[in-house]
Amino acid sequence: MDDQAFEIIFQLLLTVVLLVVGYVVGKRREERHLRDLARREAEFAWMPAVPMKHIPGAERPEKIALVEGSVVVSIDYFKRMLSSALQIFGGRIDTYEVVLRRARREAVVRMKEDARSRGLDAVICVRLETSRLASSGSNGKGTAGVEVHAFGTAVSLPKTDDRLAQAAS
Amino acid sequence: MYLTTTESVPGTTIVEFYGLVSGSSVRAKHVGRDIMASLKNLVGGELVGYTELLAESRQEALSRMIEQATSQGANAIVNIRFATSSVAQGAAELFAYGTAVKVE
Repeated sequence: MDDQAFEIIFQLLLTVVLLVVGYVVGKRREERHLRDLARREAEFAWMPAVPMKHIPGAERPEKIALVEGSVVVSIDYFKRMLSSALQIFGGRIDTYEVVLRRARREAVVRMKEDARSRGLDAVICVRLETSRLASSGSNGKGTAGVEVHAFGTAVSLPKTDDRLAQAAS
Repeated sequence: MYLTTTESVPGTTIVEFYGLVSGSSVRAKHVGRDIMASLKNLVGGELVGYTELLAESRQEALSRMIEQATSQGANAIVNIRFATSSVAQGAAELFAYGTAVKVE
């Protein structure tokens, strides 16, 4: 009888510890990631990355390349428990919205970094794809993570001087 | 080899079509990565091991597609798209496809 009571208390404690660790560490990591994202997005703000097929100035690019960026993310234990509680009532599941938005921003920034490392100036015809990775545990019903993949065609743009020269001639 | 997601290679004209080319790769994660990922699952955020695994796998799918296009005599692949599907527990298929063409 005592053994059983001990086990129940142990299980409860473990869950509480996991929830606290998930909440505290998860929140810290999320804040750090958001700060890092904001900094890198500002750094690449000058580079257009658009889903359009044509942009002015890129009719005859000198260089083109396929570029991509991807990221696999998961939500922390606390948010996962909170989500399953929210799912009872239906409606908006904030916790997943936030993590997916982070993942998309990250994938796009990585794609821009890929373009920059090849010395290119803009990305056109950008496509975004999201897919769920099934975990190998819990009969494949669990989700190991969600992958966001951003890809597009990076092009070089003529230098401003060239464009001015063209306009003048 | 030109690779684009647009319908043409900007600044060139397509002179010949070779049709659909594709490449795929199915990979599973190994146990070590799986254990690390389940630990990471506790605190959330990026699962670096999986990101790398899928990126490698996608590169392989891409290079298989390029091989197919090259063997047909194409010098560009336009309108490239990717697709990912979970085929089994812990395994994912990465698929790349596009239209092989010759441009001038």
